[in-house]
Amino acid sequence: MTEVLVPFDEVIAKYDPALGLEVHVELNTNTKMFCGCPAVFGGEPNTQVCPTCLGLPGAMPVVNGKAVESAIRIGLALNCSIAEWCRFARKNYFYPDMPKNFQTSQYDEPIAFDGWLDVEVEGETFRVEIERAHMEEDTGKSTHVGGATGRIHGADYSLVDYNRAGIPLIEIVTRPILVPAEKAPAVARAYVGQLRDLILALGVSDARMDQGSIRADVNLSLAPKGADKLGTRSETKNVNSLRSVERAVRFEMSRHAGILDAGGSVLQETRHFHEDTGTTSSGREKSDAEDYRYFPEPDLVPVAPSREWVEELRGTLPENPTQKRARLQEEYGFSDLEMRDVWAAGALPLIEATVAEGTAPQSARKWWVAELLRRANDAGVELAEVGVTPQQVAEVQALVDAKTINDKLARQVFDGLIAGEGTAAEVIEKRGLALVSDDGPLIAAIDDALAAQPDIAEKIRGGNHAAAGAVIGAVMKATRGQADAARVRELILEKLA
Amino acid sequence: MSQLTRDEVAHLADLARIDLDDAELDHLAPQLNVILEAVASISGVAGDDVPPTSHPIPLTNVFREDVVRPSLSAEQALSGAPAVEEQRFRVPRILGDEQ
Repeated sequence: MTEVLVPFDEVIAKYDPALGLEVHVELNTNTKMFCGCPAVFGGEPNTQVCPTCLGLPGAMPVVNGKAVESAIRIGLALNCSIAEWCRFARKNYFYPDMPKNFQTSQYDEPIAFDGWLDVEVEGETFRVEIERAHMEEDTGKSTHVGGATGRIHGADYSLVDYNRAGIPLIEIVTRPILVPAEKAPAVARAYVGQLRDLILALGVSDARMDQGSIRADVNLSLAPKGADKLGTRSETKNVNSLRSVERAVRFEMSRHAGILDAGGSVLQETRHFHEDTGTTSSGREKSDAEDYRYFPEPDLVPVAPSREWVEELRGTLPENPTQKRARLQEEYGFSDLEMRDVWAAGALPLIEATVAEGTAPQSARKWWVAELLRRANDAGVELAEVGVTPQQVAEVQALVDAKTINDKLARQVFDGLIAGEGTAAEVIEKRGLALVSDDGPLIAAIDDALAAQPDIAEKIRGGNHAAAGAVIGAVMKATRGQADAARVRELILEKLA
Repeated sequence: MSQLTRDEVAHLADLARIDLDDAELDHLAPQLNVILEAVASISGVAGDDVPPTSHPIPLTNVFREDVVRPSLSAEQALSGAPAVEEQRFRVPRILGDEQ
């Protein structure tokens, strides 16, 4: 099928989008939602399963209290009301990723509802209304065998591992987000990003999009500008990075516009996003087969969180990450540009921890964003996993402040720290990195440099102090960088005064 | 109580992956209606002030501590599977031709 894609500029001139985001958050509880199997990632296939999560006859589920607590905390952080009484429901479908032939979820009685999250895009704030956040369980993992691409279409059969089946999930659903068309992709991205930051701050999930512990489904429809009715939506599943969220919205806007421009109508369907091309393709069509026949789960009693418990949990909420970011930017005196780089690098918590050890904010920023980020990128790891702790950065900067080392030597100290050569002091000792603190060798090196460049000495004597730079350079070279440049300059000027 | 139509029964059978031919539908649809009518007699007793009951016992908040309990071994877990490959349940093709 050939698709006509309308350029983004033309889409936004003619159409208004309605966005909807469904975000699944995998909780980091020790155990699954309804049984005591471990809820960890990466075990051998089918080793974290029991009669309950395998759906064997007679097995009885029991709700994980910690998961309910996490659900309530997420709801409160999203400014939701918390249900006084709610039930689980069975969502019936035949698909081997749930061995019970239903997923235990919530239907018309979500634990949290009617909330909002303020999302910032380029200094402008957009309020995203949250319709609901409900509790459910993750599905098993299928591997499709045969066919050309390992995808479900054309596969001969599938292999299923149920380790993931039953891991607690919170699904967070927005109301239709109506924003200016040109902002829609960025607002979608910012919403998922700020939601992720909030989840991380709550400590209820690993919040790793690349590992699937946060997954976004992007709903999008277009309507001609000024129309009072929303268009037909498509639902793009499992979009697994912030960048992909933005690209998926853009692509679907262009695709919908192509269909509408040609007088066609958009099919209400599930679509799959392709990271490599930034495009979507048709998945299962929504049809009669997706009539889930929800009904209240008879094996689980209702959840009725007391108001005392809810208020107690409200007291455990962390500072809103967006507000915290603004507060720290002001405290640290970072420019907008500096803050953007800090944020993009995921360096803020690291800088905060470094500053807490007594380092000046700008020094902490310099090491994390300029020096260590490059190393993390080279190694292909997150900044937090670069192999240097905030305490070590603070130690190194303290040694720079004490003039034991300079910035250039500090970089070599980081080499040693990453290589596991011990503390900063030990690395300096082992590698012989300390600055020359005795003036004797410096004066000798200065004498040599001046003798080699008599014309420079004349210039400096004549009052051209800038010419001292060449001598300093020669001294630094002679001492293999282990001289304090400021002290060398003082000594040169004293000598030639 | 409205009657369940033959088409609705066919749809439900489809959702439940039960293959019913025309004769079976003709036979079963009226039977289902008889059952529904029998159950519907409850609505003659329960007034609007009686909420529908989903749980017969008046309990709420039965929670489990978040403590790991032993799982089955993979051998035990897979012992009832009709087919096993790479320590996983092997299942027939998921999307049939009709989908």
